[in-house]
Amino acid sequence: MVRAWLQAAPLALVVAAFLVVPIATLAVVSVWDYTEYDLIPDFVLTNYADVFGSWVTYATYASTVRFAALTWLVTLAIGFWIAYFLAFHVRSKTWQMVLFLVCTIPFLTSNVIRSISWIPVLGRNGLVNSALLHLRVIDQPLEFLLFSDFSTVLSYVHLYALFMVVPIFNTMMRIDRALIEAAVDAGASGWQVVRDVVIPLSKPGIAIGSIFVVTLVMGDFSTVRLMSGGQSASVGLMISNQLAYLQYPAAAANAMVLLAVVLAIVAGMMRVVDIRKEL
Amino acid sequence: MHGRTPGCYLGTAFFALFVLFLYGPLSAIFVLSFQGPDGGLTFPMNGWSVHWFGALLERQAVGDFQGSFLRSFELGAVVMAATVAISLSAGLAFRRRFRGAGLLFYVVVASLIIPSILVSLGIGLLFRILDLDTAWWSSGLGAHLTWTLPFGLLIMFAVFNRFDKAYEEVARDQGATGAQTLRHVVVPIIAPSLVGVGLLGFTLSYDEFARTLLAVGTDLTLPLSIYGMTTNITTPVLYALGTVTTGFSFAVIAVFLVATRWLQRRTAARRSHVTART
Repeated sequence: MVRAWLQAAPLALVVAAFLVVPIATLAVVSVWDYTEYDLIPDFVLTNYADVFGSWVTYATYASTVRFAALTWLVTLAIGFWIAYFLAFHVRSKTWQMVLFLVCTIPFLTSNVIRSISWIPVLGRNGLVNSALLHLRVIDQPLEFLLFSDFSTVLSYVHLYALFMVVPIFNTMMRIDRALIEAAVDAGASGWQVVRDVVIPLSKPGIAIGSIFVVTLVMGDFSTVRLMSGGQSASVGLMISNQLAYLQYPAAAANAMVLLAVVLAIVAGMMRVVDIRKEL
Repeated sequence: MHGRTPGCYLGTAFFALFVLFLYGPLSAIFVLSFQGPDGGLTFPMNGWSVHWFGALLERQAVGDFQGSFLRSFELGAVVMAATVAISLSAGLAFRRRFRGAGLLFYVVVASLIIPSILVSLGIGLLFRILDLDTAWWSSGLGAHLTWTLPFGLLIMFAVFNRFDKAYEEVARDQGATGAQTLRHVVVPIIAPSLVGVGLLGFTLSYDEFARTLLAVGTDLTLPLSIYGMTTNITTPVLYALGTVTTGFSFAVIAVFLVATRWLQRRTAARRSHVTART
């Protein structure tokens, strides 16, 4: 056991120093007082009172939860079918590997670049508008394509779809093919196989993917800033704005609330599906 | 699944659309980075040139791009090495039961789930209270590890779940010490996966943004510089930068894929050699 401890020690030290202690610091600072230029160690609940007393908080959470829900629905729909295609339609192992890599590679490049890459596509003079104008589908450029809720959700889906594809693909690859053959032999249609065999057995993957996507969107602030053109709010953006004014305790209180909300959502999802069996 | 059914064509078409969705915007950026000197941020192309790539070398056009690129590269390399070493070590630890294993596992998983901006803010505040300066090589490095290590550990779990313990037993029976077994048996067999962990460690660090933001100090990493540029640069030099960094990421991925493939072949060849001898 001593040897195992020594082997686990580097990991334990890193997460203690750069995760546990920093989050504990947030908790402590969230009850501190502050002035325009200084932090004052104290025990006050004014920061939390400010968070819960302001309608802006509720509106911002509503907006963030809406983004998370929309992104979740779209990535789930796309992720499920892409994983299904890779797991069941592609029969050669080599092709499966190649196509999986084709999906994965863009996710190993910069998120900021991938967000701004939508600007020449969706802008007023972008590819989509030019094409639609050229085809005379529309008379004037569509304004909602860029710097809107639409482009924000589109960008989230673009950034995070893989986090849904990989876990679902992973669980689908573990489904015993004999079960599907049995269902087909028993007279199930293709759709019934998907609904009654594949979906129930893919649930753990769906749950893991959902946790990833929802937590990533709930904590985001850069994508919403880049892609909504300052039109939309998000909790992350609200926190980073408070930081710009050096209101650290206020930001810390907001951060603790966000942490509680995110952990509650994750706990809720774990209740629906027991993912511990998967790990 | 059942020959060339309509469903199969539909699936292929959907997959092709998904690939277009993934790569389309990136290709638009790639093409637009070759805009002529008078070209703008959108199509049509106003002539073709490499003018904007040249502009990357001018400090007034893009700020300290080279400095932040080098910082991100060095940080990525350190994070990669640390992620491989720490994940491997922890992966070995988790093969046995030890007290605190459950707690450690939950904390590591929490590191994935907790929104990055909170980790970043926490580290920034901690350093501020301790009166330490944040810097990319100290607090920035720690912030990156909280993001790469959970992935590394989960991969090691998957690797050791499939690992055949017989190889180690044979080595031990022939008198190999624990360290020798690790070095000559375990590591060579799992080497392709370790390269994968390394790739993930490097690319996740190289592109990391939110966790770095408040933990980086004054010298920025590349994604933070680029983020800053998006607000004040309105020429295709931004796209040239995007093309260069994306090209660099692709090159890194290619190198790692070739390395993995080579290691897999070598392991397979060795294994058949060993089997042939016994």
